[in-house]
Amino acid sequence: MLALLWLVPAIPFASALALAVLGPRMRARGVAVVGTGSIAISAAISLVIAGTFLGAPPASGAYTQTLWTWIDVGSFRPGIAFYLDALSLVMTVVVTFVSFLIHLYSVEFMRGDEGYSRFFAYMNLFVASMVTLLLADNLLLLYLGWEGVGLCSYLLIGFWYQDAANGLAGRKAFIVTRVGDTAMAVGLFVLFHNLGTLRIQDLMHAAQSQWPAGSSYAIAAAALLLGGAVGKSAQLPLQTWLPDAMAGPTPTSALIHAATMVTAGVYLIARTNVLFTLAPPVQFAVAVVGAATLLMAGFSALTQNDIKRVLAYSTISQIGYMFLALGVGAWGAAIFHFMTHAFFKALLFLAAGIVIEALHHEHNIFRMGGLRTELPVAFWTFLIGGCALAGLPLITAGYFSKDLILWSVANSPAGGMGLLAAGIAGVVLTSFYTFRLIFVVFFGRIETAVSHRPGLAMVVPACILAFLSVVGGFDKASFEALLNTALPHFREAGGGMSEALTSVAAGLAFFAGLLAAWYAYLRNPSLSRAAAGNPAGRLLHRFWFSDWGMDWFYDRLFIRPVVWAASASKADIVDSIYDGLASAAVLCYRILSATETGKLRWYAAWIAGGSVVTLAIVMWL
Amino acid sequence: MFPIREGFMISGALFTLGVIGVLARRNLLFVLMSIEVMLNAAGMAFVVAGARWRQPDGQVMFLFILAMAAAEVSVGLALVLELYHQFKTLDTDAISRMRG
Amino acid sequence: MILLCLIVIPLIAGGLAWAVARWSVAACRWITLLAVTADLILALVLWGSHSPAGSGTWLAEADWEWIPQAGIRFHLAVDGLSLLLLMLTFFLGVLSVLASWREITEAVGFFHFNLLWILAGIAGVFLAVDLFLFYFAWELMLVPMYFLIAIWGHENRVYAAVKFFIFTQLSGLLMLVAILALVFTHHSATGAYSFEYGDLLGTAMSSVAEMWMMLGFFVAFAVKLPAIVLHTWLPDAHTEAPTAGSVILAGLLLKTGAYGMLRFVLPLFPHASATFAPVAMILGVAGILYGALLAFGQTDLKRLVAYTSVSHLGFVLLGIFVWNPLALQGAVMTMICHGISTGALFILVGALQDRIHTREMDRMGGIWSTAPRLSGAALFFALASLGLPGLGDFVGEFLVLLGAYQQSIVIAALAAIGVLFATFYALQFVQRAFQGPNTFNWRIPDLVPREGLVMAVMIIALLWLGLYPRPVLNTFEPVMTRIEQMAPGR
Repeated sequence: MLALLWLVPAIPFASALALAVLGPRMRARGVAVVGTGSIAISAAISLVIAGTFLGAPPASGAYTQTLWTWIDVGSFRPGIAFYLDALSLVMTVVVTFVSFLIHLYSVEFMRGDEGYSRFFAYMNLFVASMVTLLLADNLLLLYLGWEGVGLCSYLLIGFWYQDAANGLAGRKAFIVTRVGDTAMAVGLFVLFHNLGTLRIQDLMHAAQSQWPAGSSYAIAAAALLLGGAVGKSAQLPLQTWLPDAMAGPTPTSALIHAATMVTAGVYLIARTNVLFTLAPPVQFAVAVVGAATLLMAGFSALTQNDIKRVLAYSTISQIGYMFLALGVGAWGAAIFHFMTHAFFKALLFLAAGIVIEALHHEHNIFRMGGLRTELPVAFWTFLIGGCALAGLPLITAGYFSKDLILWSVANSPAGGMGLLAAGIAGVVLTSFYTFRLIFVVFFGRIETAVSHRPGLAMVVPACILAFLSVVGGFDKASFEALLNTALPHFREAGGGMSEALTSVAAGLAFFAGLLAAWYAYLRNPSLSRAAAGNPAGRLLHRFWFSDWGMDWFYDRLFIRPVVWAASASKADIVDSIYDGLASAAVLCYRILSATETGKLRWYAAWIAGGSVVTLAIVMWL
Repeated sequence: MFPIREGFMISGALFTLGVIGVLARRNLLFVLMSIEVMLNAAGMAFVVAGARWRQPDGQVMFLFILAMAAAEVSVGLALVLELYHQFKTLDTDAISRMRG
Repeated sequence: MILLCLIVIPLIAGGLAWAVARWSVAACRWITLLAVTADLILALVLWGSHSPAGSGTWLAEADWEWIPQAGIRFHLAVDGLSLLLLMLTFFLGVLSVLASWREITEAVGFFHFNLLWILAGIAGVFLAVDLFLFYFAWELMLVPMYFLIAIWGHENRVYAAVKFFIFTQLSGLLMLVAILALVFTHHSATGAYSFEYGDLLGTAMSSVAEMWMMLGFFVAFAVKLPAIVLHTWLPDAHTEAPTAGSVILAGLLLKTGAYGMLRFVLPLFPHASATFAPVAMILGVAGILYGALLAFGQTDLKRLVAYTSVSHLGFVLLGIFVWNPLALQGAVMTMICHGISTGALFILVGALQDRIHTREMDRMGGIWSTAPRLSGAALFFALASLGLPGLGDFVGEFLVLLGAYQQSIVIAALAAIGVLFATFYALQFVQRAFQGPNTFNWRIPDLVPREGLVMAVMIIALLWLGLYPRPVLNTFEPVMTRIEQMAPGR
């Protein structure tokens, strides 16, 4: 059954192609069937493959399928080949399954949109690229998927292209992630030049045997790959594109900008964990980036008014947790958090989408309110998702995964009190902004009347995801055992904290945030207004609201100089050399033709004078 | 000894007079006449040189110059006539349509 | 015999098309189309019948005496490299005939005559292995191109045509001088005059003389390529030329420059080239960055696309002078894919200009809502141009970068930033022309089936080159290996 692997990316790709070509002439129902059906088949195949893989694992713990040799130049022979091990299996199953649910949701959400077939074509192409990224056997194919998902992200953010702002947001996302991709491409050059291959498994073995720990090549390669990862996963310093990416349709935000694509960086680092282990400074940098990002994004989330932007910042923050886990060597914990995050964050966006559609595409949370009774499905699913995000102890999946990360940080040789404190502070922040959102949107007075209630295609995926957000984290032990076949074990430092201690700390942090939000937004709403009203609060609010001023900073530092340089040299400076030559010739012509007066006597005088001068030269020189 | 020095001085003076005539006179007829003077100056130089070396070539050359001058004058006068028809003047400075 | 046909068919068909146009314009177009298609089929037959391992230097040869006193022969030969470029020539030739089916309404016969003679000249350039014949073909493709721009071009056509002609003619003269110098050097060494490529290879000469001759060739090819500093004729010529002219300029004429570098500069003057390589590589990188930056600054669509050519051909120049197998193959791959992707962009911009009578991006916006197929195709080729993996351009550029890294890390990193810059202009192009609100309320017809077919063929070609480029890579691999082995010290 494993031989069916190639179909998992191939079917969505084929249907994307079909929809792109035939879509405009198909009826909406046909588009929905093709678009969603292809992902359903793909998800079903990946489940079958998962069953086979778990039932009878391949001897080496991995299965490789080579379709054809892609490029063939000397020793550089990357193939179109897929590599299935526990890591890529988990990711693929989660991605295809969540994608299927979100496609199903989109059937109703996007109904009546003039770009219906275009939407499904892009979404299918995204799934194909994402699965290619996950299953790629070499880094070049991974790079293909990597850029492919970036492309789909761009296309879908700018899906409603008639509003120029959407297009600009898409462009920003593509360019910012491509900054990281450029670093990653250079990383590939480093790896190929020094190790002579791009096949991931061969690379890892070669790196292990050829590079000592801390070697400068390993550090360079890992740092460059990290550059790609922070771009795609919206981590510091390249996180600025993700909040703007919310301009896309909500299912897109759920699928690409929350559940799947943005975790590609996490996957890349986990996949190439050997390199990061060989480069301890870079691995520590991963942890620091994660910790810093989760705090910064948490603060920014506190101040946002747009429901989707709050969720976007929470995504950045949660991926920060994954990076933190990767940085301390808890590879399995990061992937575990990826999975639970995929469930609850997709759920939150789907529920938010229900709310947004119910209120005539209203995004501002302060124009919402009291929706608890009006949209009970949205409320309950959002509540479950929110609890999972904030980490309601002992019940939700998010709690287990986040707790595992905190415990790993506390017990890793690379971890430390600072990182742990950041992680726990992050829990307080997460809980605070999540419940701020819930209280403002679903409690209090009704601000806007509900005009549209969700149909079955929107409710069912949300309910399934809500179920998974709760139970997804229960079987931590067997999940870890599975991942340990593909990823190195977590190395525990002696004398760390006990699991109970970190669990209690995380639980307390959750309730601290919950209580604070309750007090500031339900019990005594004037408090939050007062806090934001005084000058210091206003300044801080503006600072956090604008994402710590990073957009402003980049605008001044990079965008304006480039735009200025481009517009200044629009007329091509080099051409002025040739224009100069041409005008010099014209000038000579002007000067000489001025002697051509038409006056006969002048000519005669010139002849006479010229003869005299010539004779003089001949006679005396 | 043949006074070659004086002969050449006269011819040079004649030639200079011709040049001055060409440059100074604006009437085309006078310009033509000045050119004749210059031609004769050159012819005189030939004759003087031929006499000095006792060669007939100088006088042959002078005959040749005479013939050429006649041809030149006939063409030149025809042109002058035509120019007068066109421009109603013989002032060379006024006839300056061929400028750059 | 096939080789001769490749040149003679367009020459004869050109005369025929001109003559026939007096009675029937349609017949003239069909004759042109058939002639180019016939050539394309011949080239494909040649490709299908060659054995990939290729024992000798040439896959096919044709050799006649021409001016024996001076050692000039009518010698045509084809190897993997020239074969691919010939296929590209006739492929783009067919498409540009189709693209100008409705655009050209004046002097139709003379237009097709010029088109066919340019193609014949280009085929001659790719086929000739006698340097005299090569120079002859090199000049043959200039004159019709001059007419193409000067007669059927846009507003500023005469300026552009003259500029194009002066640049290429002057640099061509430098090449002629270098050819003659090379022949005389060879004569003084062996006592026989010969313009034959095979004879001139490995001519013994002093390093100073070698450098000067190399520069003579290099400048001629660098103008055509174009390398930065010598590139300024290109934006004007591309912008003012009619669609078919732009396609042929960008897709083929530029490739003759790169072909000349690969065929003549490196093999004939290996030592001088190796000495000069750092300069050429810096020129290449500068071209990549400068072209991309200027493309980003343009508002005229055709100028934008023209500057992207400067940027992409920078990769070719870089790849050639990096001079290792990866980079050389990447350079050739970039040549082929750039021909298709940029050709397609010019066809699209031409189609758009035909409909809305402007090339100014400020006068566009929201075209997608009225012409989705056209806009989708433009998006596709813009993505190819920015080097999206899975499309042909990526393969070429990635190979060049990978090879360049082995020579110089800094150059590879700068060129990689050039790929990032490509994102700016490609997205700018899509954003400002096709997306956003339809401010000017354009209502235009979408691609007609003829144009749709052209686009579909080019899309498939790029996807094929991007996902399964092996047949193409394998075709020119032996040639590249030979060139690579000529590098001094290898």
